[in-house]
Amino acid sequence: MQAKKILLNVGLAVCLTAMAACASKPPIVEADKPIATRPMASTPSGPIPGSLEDLKSNAGHRVYFDLDQYTLTTQAQSVLRRQAAWLKEYPETRIRLAGNCDERGTREYNLALGARRANAAKAFLAAQGVDPARITTISYGKERPIDPRSNDTAWSKNRNATTLLVTTSAGS
Amino acid sequence: MGKKIISAKILAILLFAMSGVVSNSSARVEIDITQGIAEPLPIAVPTYLSSSPEAEALRQNLTRVVMSDLERSGLFAPIDQRAYVQNLETINERPRFADWRLINAQVLIAGEIIPLNDGRIQVNTRLWDVYGSQQLSSIAFKTPADNWRRAAHKISDFVYQSLTGEDGYFDTRVVYIAESGPKANRTKRLMIMDQDGANPVPLTDGLDYDVLTPRFSPTQQQITYLALFDDRPAQVYLFNIATGEQEEIGNFRGMTFAPRFTPDGQRVLMSVERGGNSDIAIMDLRTRQQRLLTTNPAIDTSPSMSPNGRFVTFSSDRGGSEQIYTMNADGTKQKRITFGNGRYGTPVWSPRGDLIAFTRQYKGKFYIGVIRSDGTGERLLTEAYLDEGPTWSPNGRVIMFFREDRPGGPVSLWSVDLTGQNLRRVPTPGEASDPAWSPLLP
Repeated sequence: MQAKKILLNVGLAVCLTAMAACASKPPIVEADKPIATRPMASTPSGPIPGSLEDLKSNAGHRVYFDLDQYTLTTQAQSVLRRQAAWLKEYPETRIRLAGNCDERGTREYNLALGARRANAAKAFLAAQGVDPARITTISYGKERPIDPRSNDTAWSKNRNATTLLVTTSAGS
Repeated sequence: MGKKIISAKILAILLFAMSGVVSNSSARVEIDITQGIAEPLPIAVPTYLSSSPEAEALRQNLTRVVMSDLERSGLFAPIDQRAYVQNLETINERPRFADWRLINAQVLIAGEIIPLNDGRIQVNTRLWDVYGSQQLSSIAFKTPADNWRRAAHKISDFVYQSLTGEDGYFDTRVVYIAESGPKANRTKRLMIMDQDGANPVPLTDGLDYDVLTPRFSPTQQQITYLALFDDRPAQVYLFNIATGEQEEIGNFRGMTFAPRFTPDGQRVLMSVERGGNSDIAIMDLRTRQQRLLTTNPAIDTSPSMSPNGRFVTFSSDRGGSEQIYTMNADGTKQKRITFGNGRYGTPVWSPRGDLIAFTRQYKGKFYIGVIRSDGTGERLLTEAYLDEGPTWSPNGRVIMFFREDRPGGPVSLWSVDLTGQNLRRVPTPGEASDPAWSPLLP
């Protein structure tokens, strides 16, 4: 319970940081509603529409998991709903979903767990109407931490499924 | 009479080394290093003799490697050469045993190096029972002079075999992963070295992909490993040490990982992932036919076959948390064998067949342990912030693994005896992980 609460806070903090970093005027994102219109698209100072930066600021490109879990939290589901809406706006875009784990497991088990996480996110996007043929999955296990530190904060960030663009010019 | 003294002492060492196997049948969370320290056998190793001045450096180096091998094994205590009373002039006469008893040497290794005309050397070694006043055994072999390190390891194996009755493990190599760069952006490349850390050589450059979890073929100079790509699922590779040839084995849509050769070297066990689910498969290297051994919706991974080829151990989280299972080699009779707290992974069957080594996680710590294949007799041998990935010496007496001793600290290779004694750092030029021990070299 406690862990979950911390996790949500961390996830939120990361989203805010990401927005602050990549958009000079961060848009206000309604957490639980799909974005129907794209206020950023016409703003000259915003990210290029359809780019990874655009995805990051309008939907979030990363969802986080609880310890040793691959089920999607409600927070993760709302990010993925926004991703699905974004992907429908850019139907030519293909994505790679990378599953990642914290360092507190063996390499081999974590490779398997990372695949689970990537596929859980893929299945959710597909259920939202995104053509699964547009989505490839990959697992990096515990080999690609985004936060190199060894503490709970870092581990909760490193348990994620990260969406990257495969074909657009502004892609990954 | 004297022979009996030697035998009794050596037997005591051996029994001690085996004691972990026969005692401690109950499963406990305890580190098994509190047993009494066995007294290593005092052994005298005078510098190998040579009448040839060119062999001066050679004889020093070879003797040093033999002493170092024996010392690192934890079973022998080489006596400081400065204490030696008799100055051997030949190995072909009986040594003055009284002189060696004065320094309490139980065994004397007397050796010589004879350079041959063709650039090779002949290395002669005699093993003397100091208290029994007799020769125990002798060995002679010829080898190219620049092969002196392997000659030294062969001598160490001969000594180990003569005094314990079991094969040694000194003339072996270890493949491992050299790690460099910051944690968030590491380069991981395949390395090979002698078991004592000498001669480290890179086998891959780590530029195209990272290499993880290499494993030696038990029959050939071949390695299987995991290639981790940035842009497509990780795949199992074969690597020929002699030619440097790398080859993806199998052409899978999903990820393949956790490879390990079967004891006959003809097949590779691995995990195959499809749609996020990982199962155990076995692939015949000649026909490239692949067959699933498990079809469970849980994560099944880290397969390892028993040396008799009849069983496979693997880890699975089908019971809720990752635990160790065994099954018949055809996938039938899948059975859980660990029931302790925490998580159990990376089971590896001992070359002796009796035990399975594993990585255990419990309350924020990692342990390397062993357990009988029927699930009894669990013993934890090591404990650290991260201990992972055990690999057996070919004689099943020593386990090598990798360790991160504190959060964020460097990773390095370590070895420990089956008894939990003799924990040693294995020297590598930089950070190192995922060791895999070769069979005894021919």
